[in-house]
Amino acid sequence: MIAHFFFLGCNGKSTVKHWISLLIVAAILTSSASARDARTVMAELIQSERAEQAGLIEELSTYGDTIIADIYEAWRTGGIYLLEQDTGSQLLQFTDAQEWALVHNGAVINLSEAEAAAAKKQRPARALRKQMKRIIDTLGLKADNTALRIDSAIKLGRSQKAEFIPALEGRLKIETDKQVLSALQEALAISRLANGEDAQVVEAVQTLKALNSVAARAFLEELMQAEGDNERADSSLSYACAEALISIERHMKQQEFFGSFFRGFSTGSVLLIVSFGLAITFGLMGVINMAHGEFVAIGGYVTFLVQNFFIQTWGLSSSAFGWYFIVALPVSFIVAAVIGLIMEVSIIRFLYRRPLESLLCTWGISMVMQQGFRLIFGAANVQVNNPTWLMGNLSFAGFQMSYTRLLIILIALVVVALTWLLLRQTNLGLHIRAVMQNRHMASSLGVPVARVNRMTFALGCGLAALGGAVLSQIGNVGPSMGQAYIVDSFMVVVTGSVGNLLGAGLSAMGIGLVDQLLQPSLGPVMGKITVFVVIILFLQWRPGGLFPTLSRSLDD
Amino acid sequence: MAPGRAVPDALSQSRRLIAQAKVMKFSTEMKKEMGILCLVTGLLMLIPLFNAVGPESGPLSVSAFQVSLWGKYLTYAVLAMSLNLLWGYTGLLCLCQSLFFALGGYAMGMYLMLMIGERGAYKSVLPDFMVFLGYQKLPLHWEPFYNFAFTVAAVLWVPGLLAFVFGFLAFRSRIKGVYFSILTQALTYAACLMFFRNDFTFGGNNGFTDFKDILGCNINSDATIRGLFIATTALMVCTYLITSGLLASKLGKVQQAIRDSENRVLFSGYSTTSFKLMIFVLSAMIAGAAGALYVPQVGGINPSAMEAAKSLEVVVWVAVGGRGTKWGPVIGAILVNFIKSYTTHAFPDYWLIIMGGMFVCVVLFMPDGIVGVFKQAKSYFARQRSLETTAA
Repeated sequence: MIAHFFFLGCNGKSTVKHWISLLIVAAILTSSASARDARTVMAELIQSERAEQAGLIEELSTYGDTIIADIYEAWRTGGIYLLEQDTGSQLLQFTDAQEWALVHNGAVINLSEAEAAAAKKQRPARALRKQMKRIIDTLGLKADNTALRIDSAIKLGRSQKAEFIPALEGRLKIETDKQVLSALQEALAISRLANGEDAQVVEAVQTLKALNSVAARAFLEELMQAEGDNERADSSLSYACAEALISIERHMKQQEFFGSFFRGFSTGSVLLIVSFGLAITFGLMGVINMAHGEFVAIGGYVTFLVQNFFIQTWGLSSSAFGWYFIVALPVSFIVAAVIGLIMEVSIIRFLYRRPLESLLCTWGISMVMQQGFRLIFGAANVQVNNPTWLMGNLSFAGFQMSYTRLLIILIALVVVALTWLLLRQTNLGLHIRAVMQNRHMASSLGVPVARVNRMTFALGCGLAALGGAVLSQIGNVGPSMGQAYIVDSFMVVVTGSVGNLLGAGLSAMGIGLVDQLLQPSLGPVMGKITVFVVIILFLQWRPGGLFPTLSRSLDD
Repeated sequence: MAPGRAVPDALSQSRRLIAQAKVMKFSTEMKKEMGILCLVTGLLMLIPLFNAVGPESGPLSVSAFQVSLWGKYLTYAVLAMSLNLLWGYTGLLCLCQSLFFALGGYAMGMYLMLMIGERGAYKSVLPDFMVFLGYQKLPLHWEPFYNFAFTVAAVLWVPGLLAFVFGFLAFRSRIKGVYFSILTQALTYAACLMFFRNDFTFGGNNGFTDFKDILGCNINSDATIRGLFIATTALMVCTYLITSGLLASKLGKVQQAIRDSENRVLFSGYSTTSFKLMIFVLSAMIAGAAGALYVPQVGGINPSAMEAAKSLEVVVWVAVGGRGTKWGPVIGAILVNFIKSYTTHAFPDYWLIIMGGMFVCVVLFMPDGIVGVFKQAKSYFARQRSLETTAA
């Protein structure tokens, strides 16, 4: 899905048409492949003689439609009626909604009272029930949705029942999706642990080892226990089990490490976007914007408002809703930039000569803004839903990465690239860098310092809001959401040298990573404190941060 | 040679005269200052006096609650003065003053917790929260706090030691200005997180409360409350005398020179690190002492007292009152807290907006605070007058 979205994003309208036509073609193909749909076959089965049933069951076992389970359930519990009339017989289902529906196409019809009384209840024969149950149980294996297929395979495997092995084997032959394939193999191997002969069991254990199956751990341990109880602790089987367990555990540890690494990378990305804004305002003007965290909150709230707008206009379940996040990103940037611009013009520009007092003033502003959020949106967190295309994980070499966090990393990269382009390739960027280096010299060479200040401050605030919009997908949106990030962001800026974007980027990633890697062993609080101590000691070694600006001038 | 000698003679003479004049001016200023100090102390002493012997009702009656409320304000005033020493006179905007304050408070709180004895909810020698968390015996670092003298020492040396270690590391690597502020804020943040943990043996997020006795006196009796108030006033007077004594000394001159231009002081051969470190430690100790008097008067302490925002509030008090002035912080601390008490009560939804707006206005329009407004007004009128005279 994510690839789908970016594809769309890049190529515009023509691609949309292309995709729609593809979808239509696909729909036609599917329908023609099963000209007789599951309902028709079920209707025939219910009305069939015993001799025809075997063929129909065989045919039914190729369908993955859940309607089979619904109709069978109705049939079993006495919800299927046969109405024989002069014009011909009709097979009807009395649905949960107290309506009569035709079994073969699901259409709702009205029956008169006399007709309803004349309808005869249908029940499946005992012999048929067993066969039907097998079909229903393995129905999930044939579902169109891959997630459903995986779920079903895992469930069947865990039950370790011999009767499902043929169904699993059958599916294994025709399955094409890689994830489902490995789930099927895993399920099959787990079932065989309990049902196979010795050689097969050893083979199954080796398969599980190769698959690094976490689900199989309990079964393997059980097997080893049983071997030990039978005084065969040194059998090849119990060796294989032990080896498999060690391998699986190692894999789990790797996964955990990779997981915190990945989380650290994405947390660092949010931190990076937020602290880029801070690095720019702080580095350029020496203004400490204590309200920076509130601009992060603005980003979160704008995302919330955009989401609500989409829900009101198109509804929660429409496909348009999924796009709200993409729309929210530029909107939150612009809203925050405009507010930042107003703030700069009305307050900040009087404080350039008094950086320490700008801290107080912006703190006052942050108090006002926080309370403003509380008054407008309430003190509780607001609900921001993830768009459906961001749910789920990407598997890569056995590791799971959520789409949300991947997208965050991607956005951070884009932000870095755009900021770099802005600072290095545009006129405004040239001016910003000139003012950063020497305000008075730049001014006397004709750089419009006041205008540059305004634009830079707006840019910094916009970046903060962008960070907030991104944060809304992995964290809470509330009045004080920015407070948690503000201290970290300041640390990032100090560690990475003020005004140096490369330094800010590296230290954001470093702090995010170290924080997440320390958390499993030290807990969140001690992790944070350790990071802080490390930063203090780091500053002993490099007082100017990672990349200090070399200059011959004195500060005062 | 003769004119060469004559000129220095004349110079030295005039210098001597100027110096004499300065001393005289200094001593009259001294007298004026001491007069104001005595006046303020006397006025403050009226509060416990009226509480002890005043009428039960009417405009002159002072309840025990009001005495402890004013006591609280005074501890805030001392806290503001300690920050003023750093920010107003040395140019170090420290954002961990509330941490030192809370550390002093916690040290005193430990003593008060132990003094509860077996009168707690669980009837145990251990403080209630320890019973609740399943401690079997008192942690080792709690033992010495049975001793009041040790507690008083701890109130001073715990914040002092922290300030010494942190200040040594920070000043040694020439961290100054805004960076110093940010790092001190991070320090406060880290400490606050630590004190919020239950397994840190300081009561987690509930902190300490339900005190019974201090030095054998019931902590809720009127006499004790008056005593605490008088002690707080004494601390304030002490802080004032330390501040003005420091400012008059050579050390104070270096201190203010560091504020005005640290590089020049460095070039003149002074090690600014040790000067700054000394002031930092002193200020931390004063803040700790204020915290120690705050806890018995308020009746409890918890980690929210050391939140980063609290430190910023202290900065705001100083800014509102006027930084770099002797009485500014006191006026600011009392006034801002007074307004805060009023607005939280009268406009619960809007008080943050009112306070925030006030800070913005103060920074924009009153850079020298309330004390500075008089000067601003004076110079404005002087300018007007001189304009009139030139026009005439």
